[in-house]
Amino acid sequence: MTETERPSLGLITDELRAAIGKESEPWICEVDKTSIRMFARAVGYTDPVFYDEEAAKKAGYRSLPAPPGYLGTPVYNPAAADGARGRLRLPPPGRPLTRVLNGGTDIEYFDDICAGDVLTARAHLANVEERRGSIGDMLIMTTKTVYTNQEGKVVAIMTGTSIRY
Amino acid sequence: MGARWSEVHEGMEIPPLKKNCSTQQLVMWAAASGDFYQIHYDKDFALSTGLKNIIVHGALKHAFLGQMLHEWIGHEGRIKRFGCSYRGMDYPNQDIICRGVVTRKYEKDGEKLVDLEIWTENPDGQRTSPGSATVRLPD
Repeated sequence: MTETERPSLGLITDELRAAIGKESEPWICEVDKTSIRMFARAVGYTDPVFYDEEAAKKAGYRSLPAPPGYLGTPVYNPAAADGARGRLRLPPPGRPLTRVLNGGTDIEYFDDICAGDVLTARAHLANVEERRGSIGDMLIMTTKTVYTNQEGKVVAIMTGTSIRY
Repeated sequence: MGARWSEVHEGMEIPPLKKNCSTQQLVMWAAASGDFYQIHYDKDFALSTGLKNIIVHGALKHAFLGQMLHEWIGHEGRIKRFGCSYRGMDYPNQDIICRGVVTRKYEKDGEKLVDLEIWTENPDGQRTSPGSATVRLPD
């Protein structure tokens, strides 16, 4: 028996498939006290370790710890050649898709991330799929971003899924 | 004080966390996360893309699950991994209940670990962000 091959929806081009595994240019994500407080406040934390450095140190952290999900803020510089931030740039799909939904987020941690850390992020496309769903034809892309701290240690890997349709 | 590994057992529920976002909170999240997609704060824009309302950022629901884990494990515990998929939309001014259940308790490379099934639930009880996590706990 052979598996029935699903007909191509024409969204995945050879160029897109060839982009799998290629590492992006690195970009810098700064982790500082103000951005940690902003993030913690937006989520709704009341734990003082995210706001008060003394409380953080008493609790055993080097400084304010990055709340779960926070991996620093990409440095914004409108004068930089690539605009706001270095990011993964991918070839376009076979047909124009105008909308995007976030499909999922997964973060694996290998060490603490605290205020004062400067992370270098590098991303790559890990997988690409196309599917026909209730919202139309969808291009589902999984990207992995590896975050390395100022000491050269990989501290986190984020896997993100985006759905374009 | 946070959870202790010795007191955890498989099948136990961890304390749930109830969230309910105002539109103001979504704007704060947009600024904190750098996600300025208008479907999260501009209702006209959201409707023009076929949505029925402004929707809560997926990554904010992920962060809510992270808050539930942080509040359970305390300062001595560490999150090793946590992730979820965004299967259903959540809207402002509606409860989002974060829940978790311990699925496995084990030791690996000298660390005392716990795996959990985690998810967010909408007011109809549907799991809008199902996921899983691994945390390290003090004994």
